[in-house]
Amino acid sequence: MAGKIRIRALMKGDVAEVKALIRHPMETGRRKDEQGNSIPAHFITEVEATVGDRTLMTARWGAAVSQNPFLGFRVRGVQPGDELIVRYVDNKGETGQGTAIIK
Amino acid sequence: MNPSRRGLLKMLAGVTILAALPLRVLADLIWPKAAFAVTDLDGVFAELGGVPPDSDLIQLDTPDIAENGAVVPVEVTSAIPGTSRIYLLVEKNPNPLSAGFDIPEGTDPYVATRVKVAQTCLIYAVVEAEGKFYKMSRETKVTLGGCGG
Repeated sequence: MAGKIRIRALMKGDVAEVKALIRHPMETGRRKDEQGNSIPAHFITEVEATVGDRTLMTARWGAAVSQNPFLGFRVRGVQPGDELIVRYVDNKGETGQGTAIIK
Repeated sequence: MNPSRRGLLKMLAGVTILAALPLRVLADLIWPKAAFAVTDLDGVFAELGGVPPDSDLIQLDTPDIAENGAVVPVEVTSAIPGTSRIYLLVEKNPNPLSAGFDIPEGTDPYVATRVKVAQTCLIYAVVEAEGKFYKMSRETKVTLGGCGG
């Protein structure tokens, strides 16, 4: 379920347009299942995007970010061929990571 | 080992760990994490130091009508010089603060994401620039609520 990250990073002029899609349930803890039991909260709390030792973006999220979250941002000073890494940690301490080469 | 000695060792270990924390982690410590648990809009603004003034330099793109409140696309572009952080707030969600984004130098003051919107209400973008806060808001009408259950 949780874990997979799809990333696209495309240079447009001197700006890289980054789009990341993370597979994650983003459960708020307020929903109930068919038996009426509460579904425990399970959501990403922090996302970080880096190239080398440079941090491009740090996002802090609450449970209101949609299921299978989308994150889009634009960065300068990167090159085609650079490896971009996106990492997250959720409220259960589970982590995920994805990489993409900037095109 | 007697308890006080053990306590001292623990304390020393704690100090060592604190000194070894990278800057980014120290930044985490000053991030207003508690703000995510606040249950009303004014409470979130209080965490951010008060209700910020409106700014036309913030462009907030949200749909006028969201058929599915579970997935509402939001884009924020700030033209405020020195923009270092962008927050998204959803007025009538159980916890209005939905997300915050650090914008380091070299990253455009722009962010796109999708949020849950429980019911028709205002969506706020709050921009932090050089220690000051600014906001912009837009109403999104929700025909199917975003919190389910």
